Amino acid sequence: MDQTAFFFEILFPALMQGLIVTLQLIACSAPFGLALGVAIAVGRQYGHPVISWLCKTYVFFIKGTPLLLLLFILYFGLPSIGITFTAFVASVLGFILCNSAYNAEYIRGGLISIKEGQMVAAQALGMTRWQAIRSVVLPQALRRAIPGLSNEFIYLIKYSSLAYMLTVIELAGAGKQVATKYFLYTESFAAVAVVYLVLVSITTVAVNILEKRVVVPGTVRANPSAQL
Amino acid sequence: MNDNDIVLRVEDIHKSFGGTEVLRGVSFDVHCGETKVFIGPSGTGKSTLLRCINQLTPPDRGQVWLDGEEVTNSGARINYFRQKIGMVFQNFFLFDHLTALKNVELALLKVKGMGKAEAHEKALTELRQVGLEEWADHYPAELSGGQAQRVSIARALAMDPDVILFDEPTSALDPELTREVLEVMKKLARNGMTMLVVTHEMGFACSVANEVLFMENGVVAEQGSPDLLLHDPQFTRMKDFIGRIDSRMDD
Amino acid sequence: MDVLPILIDWLPYLLSGVSSTLGLVFAALGLGVLLGLPMALGQVYGARPIRWAVGIYVWFFRGLPILILLFLFWFGIFPAIGLGHLSAFVVGAVVLGLRGAAYQSQIFRGAIQSVSEGQMIAARSLGMSRFTAIRSVILPQAVRIALPGWSNEYPNILTDSAVCYAIGVVELLTITARIVTQTHITIPIYLAAAGIFIVLNYGGLKLLHRLEAKIEIPGFGSGAM
Ligand SMILES: Nc1ncnc2c1ncn2[C@@H]1O[C@H](COP(=O)(O)OP(=O)(O)OP(=O)(O)O)[C@@H](O)[C@H]1O
Ligand SMILES: [Mg+2]
Repeated sequence: MDQTAFFFEILFPALMQGLIVTLQLIACSAPFGLALGVAIAVGRQYGHPVISWLCKTYVFFIKGTPLLLLLFILYFGLPSIGITFTAFVASVLGFILCNSAYNAEYIRGGLISIKEGQMVAAQALGMTRWQAIRSVVLPQALRRAIPGLSNEFIYLIKYSSLAYMLTVIELAGAGKQVATKYFLYTESFAAVAVVYLVLVSITTVAVNILEKRVVVPGTVRANPSAQL
Repeated sequence: MNDNDIVLRVEDIHKSFGGTEVLRGVSFDVHCGETKVFIGPSGTGKSTLLRCINQLTPPDRGQVWLDGEEVTNSGARINYFRQKIGMVFQNFFLFDHLTALKNVELALLKVKGMGKAEAHEKALTELRQVGLEEWADHYPAELSGGQAQRVSIARALAMDPDVILFDEPTSALDPELTREVLEVMKKLARNGMTMLVVTHEMGFACSVANEVLFMENGVVAEQGSPDLLLHDPQFTRMKDFIGRIDSRMDD
Repeated sequence: MDVLPILIDWLPYLLSGVSSTLGLVFAALGLGVLLGLPMALGQVYGARPIRWAVGIYVWFFRGLPILILLFLFWFGIFPAIGLGHLSAFVVGAVVLGLRGAAYQSQIFRGAIQSVSEGQMIAARSLGMSRFTAIRSVILPQAVRIALPGWSNEYPNILTDSAVCYAIGVVELLTITARIVTQTHITIPIYLAAAGIFIVLNYGGLKLLHRLEAKIEIPGFGSGAM
């Protein structure tokens, strides 16, 4: 078969199809991964001791377990107790769990780094503890967590490929299918690699711009920017 | 002065941390428009006293009354009282992620539930009061210490408090910047604001204070007009203390 | 169904996956140091083409999902260059190692760069060559500074090693999946595997931290990173 024809008529369209699914996976996971991460971090840091312990344990277990095993539990394990997800949903759930645990650690680091005086000053103005957390401490903590959160977002892009192991035909899956069908492994996976490199590189540049945007004027940036 | 214009009443405040008793029964009344200055050696509980007044540190014993209502043991209503009791800190504690203007606005929006436009106007007015209208859009890290402290005064003023607590508001500042902050505070005193000020600035105390309270070991050791404490031979302890800090400064 | 006895029956088999998983991890960590340290030196002290080459290597291996790297090398590159006979285990270890080298080189690079300028100047003033100065003054300090960051690569490599399942390496996750297929017991088996991973993860990390404490120099490095 003609190389050019293979690339432009078979591989490229397949990969673009896969890319769309990959982007869907990321778009469905990232916002919830962030929101849950914030909730876990705040619960850990400011919650009732029981809640704090639960949040800590959550992070401990999720970070200790390989993501692929987590995905297996969600997709192959849960049906045995009557909970069935589609492969796509199971993947998204797994990514949210994983992403949120890592995000929570960075956000908690941010929360810890905010000086006690900020909370004191807010409460002295009559804010409740919760108001002070939400409008004074958290906005500052999130800014400090941005380099870490950016890194986790980039990890999410890369680890979204594991959805293929649950039969979701995303970018990696699309490449694998074409490779197997046409016995063109190196070419197919090299093409997949290029797409990931482009995706990840663009994202890296984008988050670095974002980081510069949200810097509070007058403060020096303490953290290095996101890397791959 | 009669009892009717008492804004704040502090009665027999006790506070211990661990085994050490930091406040051992402090009482005083604050009249409307009055400025009281607290002075005393480090670690005698001046900051703790101010924090007990607005319950940032709950006292172990004793009561605080604001306009005849009990502040201590007020449960969730404490956030109402904290609006009425402003506080200015040694290290400013401006919200680092917000501009000067937004620092003043925040509690108006979140606590007072004021509308955006109104809060904006009010915040600008308060910044004008402390001479910082032009700096409204600057962030804390872009302000000098003196400017930052003036913003934090504006932030307290914006809540229309009945009384403002100042905890060593100029200790973190150079003499030059100290002066600009003290000017603002003097203006407030002249305009009839009720203020409790922990400071070692004797010049300020002499020109503004209606009463000086010298604290030592968790109690008010001497109390009276600045003139009285400095010149009446009956009082010696504050003079000793001032002598000590003056000679330290001369070194 | 009584799960516990079955679980206990299968436990030895499950545990046999541990050695394979740890083999992958240690091979990868070792290869990571072996390649990562010279790469870091190249990136800090090397000529422009070397810095460039290392930069591209790092960009490539850190920019790609581990799954894609495994597929690319297992199905594509290794067979294409006549190494098709390598076992899945070897390929898995090599790919984890090549990728680990990319990450670890950046940890070492940061550490080398954080050794103060004065150390090099002092060494040169004693008549040491640049090479000797790097080897006997800079590196011993840099390695100690890098150690905490390097230890933290261990959990990453451990959890990534499970992805080697995708190319058929018989490691812990693969064995877990096999047991699930045979026994039709799912969640308890998965949880047992997760438990083992967690023990390996935090247990290994604890050992590494103990090692760190052992080679610590009093007053040095605390707070350096
Ligand atoms: N939250 C706390 N926990 C434990 N001890 C405290 C706490 N706050 C204050 N203390 C102790 O209480 C004592 C009084 O502290 P406080 O800050 O009130 O003194 P101060 O008179 O304001 O002194 P300074 O002039 O140094 O500000 C000190 O010994 C201090 O260590
Ligand atoms: Mg104090």
